[in-house]
Amino acid sequence: MGSRASSLLREEDIEEIKKQTGFSHSQITRLYSRFHSLDKGENGALSREDFQRIPELAINPLGDRIINAFFPEGEDQVNFRGFMRTLAHFRPVEDNEKNKDPTSGEPLNSRTNKLFFAFRLYDLDRDDKISRDELLQVLRMMVGVNISDEQLGSIADRTIQEADTNGDMCISFSEFTKVLEKVDVEQKMSIRFLH
Amino acid sequence: MGPFMSPFNNLLCMLLGISFTVWFTLLLVFIIVPAIFGLSFGIRGLYMKTLLKVFKWATVRMERGAKEKNHLLYKPYSLNGIIAKEPTSLEEELKEIRRNGSSRDLDEFEMSDTFYFCRRGIESIVDDEVTKRFTAEELESWNLLTRSNYNFQHISTRLTVLWGLGVVIRYGFLLPLRLTLAITGVSLLVVFTTMIGFLPNGRVKHFLSEKVHLMCYRICVRALTAIITYHHSENKPKNGGICVANHTSPIDVIILASDGCYAMVGQIHGGLMGLIQKSMVKACPHIWFERSEVKDRHLVAKRLSDHVKDKSKLPILIFPEGTCINNTSVMMFKKGSFEIASTVYPVAIKYDPRFGDAFWNSSKFGMVNYLLRMMSSWAIVCSVWYLPPMSRQEGEDAVQFANRVKAAIARQGGLVDLLWDGGLKRGKVKDTFKEEQQKLYSKILVGTSVSSWDPAVHL
Repeated sequence: MGSRASSLLREEDIEEIKKQTGFSHSQITRLYSRFHSLDKGENGALSREDFQRIPELAINPLGDRIINAFFPEGEDQVNFRGFMRTLAHFRPVEDNEKNKDPTSGEPLNSRTNKLFFAFRLYDLDRDDKISRDELLQVLRMMVGVNISDEQLGSIADRTIQEADTNGDMCISFSEFTKVLEKVDVEQKMSIRFLH
Repeated sequence: MGPFMSPFNNLLCMLLGISFTVWFTLLLVFIIVPAIFGLSFGIRGLYMKTLLKVFKWATVRMERGAKEKNHLLYKPYSLNGIIAKEPTSLEEELKEIRRNGSSRDLDEFEMSDTFYFCRRGIESIVDDEVTKRFTAEELESWNLLTRSNYNFQHISTRLTVLWGLGVVIRYGFLLPLRLTLAITGVSLLVVFTTMIGFLPNGRVKHFLSEKVHLMCYRICVRALTAIITYHHSENKPKNGGICVANHTSPIDVIILASDGCYAMVGQIHGGLMGLIQKSMVKACPHIWFERSEVKDRHLVAKRLSDHVKDKSKLPILIFPEGTCINNTSVMMFKKGSFEIASTVYPVAIKYDPRFGDAFWNSSKFGMVNYLLRMMSSWAIVCSVWYLPPMSRQEGEDAVQFANRVKAAIARQGGLVDLLWDGGLKRGKVKDTFKEEQQKLYSKILVGTSVSSWDPAVHL
């Protein structure tokens, strides 16, 4: 209480974020309020602990990886811009997006960018390849202690076998995209923001 | 200068003296005497209606101002939420994702399985059910208090003037008035209960103690300008029972105790609180624990059961959430109070946040700071519902009983019923919940070869 969250956000900032991410003015102010309420240290940036304080996220098997996605390489703090950039991936795709200026590049919530977000969840070392180990790690996070190493290993091997087309025993981003080409990524990796 | 000042001085003193006397007489007649007899002049009701009209006007002006600047006025959480969540389960979701992807059955891993967890995770970052219960509820319209001003910036001079006037009234007039009342109420409580303590135990002592407690609590209620509506008073807790209520602030105690007599339970504090506690217990038996005794669950349970068995003693007042929640939801009830064999009288308390938010955010404000904020709000408006008594049924364990009572309270008060522990305000969530999620997914992946989840493990 007593925090006038949105008064700390300037109109110019809001306009810039609007251009970059495609969120509306009111959505940005509300998300800023949320950002501010998560920011217990009140220093204008979120740390990993701030995210882990959310119980529903802490019990999510992929919680740590999702939190990681917010932080750029090697950094421990994410500011509001970064926060919004990551959330923008989950905006639903709208048709009127196509009217956007073609030189501004692909919008953050395009199918490719959504897939890239999911790809990054696996690819921890960011070398643009999902190795067998990285795949096993994510599998282990999702199943906990309930499946044996051998079983998990064979699941991983089979997955790589099916996806790998160039024989390097790793899954590249294009192979990843190919495997998921029939999946309705736009819907499954989108959140319905109101207003 | 000397002789010139003295007639002035005399006049000043006289004026001060007269205004003081008038002030005190008014106080006595309009507030303290009715408090003693439990009557009311209806002044507070009128006050409340006037305030509501003013707030509505203020919001209309603000909406107009925002429209001029061409963007929507920030609508708070309570209306819609930032996002609309999909209420699908893990299984349904995975099936849907795969339906288009491949013709395979559910029991094999697909790389798109992560999408579900991913989306759920991001949804919880944007809007989760728990963390927002530990901060004050956001309002639809501004109530002219700076403390609840989230997005209502300076729109017009008229509004700012009104706000300024509000500050003057609240801090210049209401706060001193309330402080006087509070001090009167507390001192009377201490003095009278100590006096009654000298009487021998018996009907007279009991009768007097009841009257004194009620009177002093009523004065305290007026000290906060609390406008309370009691519903279903026929269900009021009786001797030998336990009264449970949802907890939003320490004021809950004053609100309930001004309408009935309860035995309080709590830890002995030092200082002023301790003094009040010690003198209260002289007049009638309350249950105060030393700090060391609080950890001993058996001791606590035993003292509570002993008290409850004695039908001549007053009903116990307990807040099973264990901590203050912001009055939009009811969180997990600790099972301790439900293990004692007696009738439980549930009470639902719902505050109206428009006049002053009563939630005590103990990590942000200390007790004194909190009380000052309460006394400088417009008013505390709340409704209290006495629910019909409940007892533990055959085959029901303490946790299930607690959840049943909690659901009844949540339903009556219009609050969200949550299974999450109020202790999450300060502590981390247990790993067992994550393990449950992992087990669920593993089951889908590998089928029945995974051992089934043990439902007896409690939250």
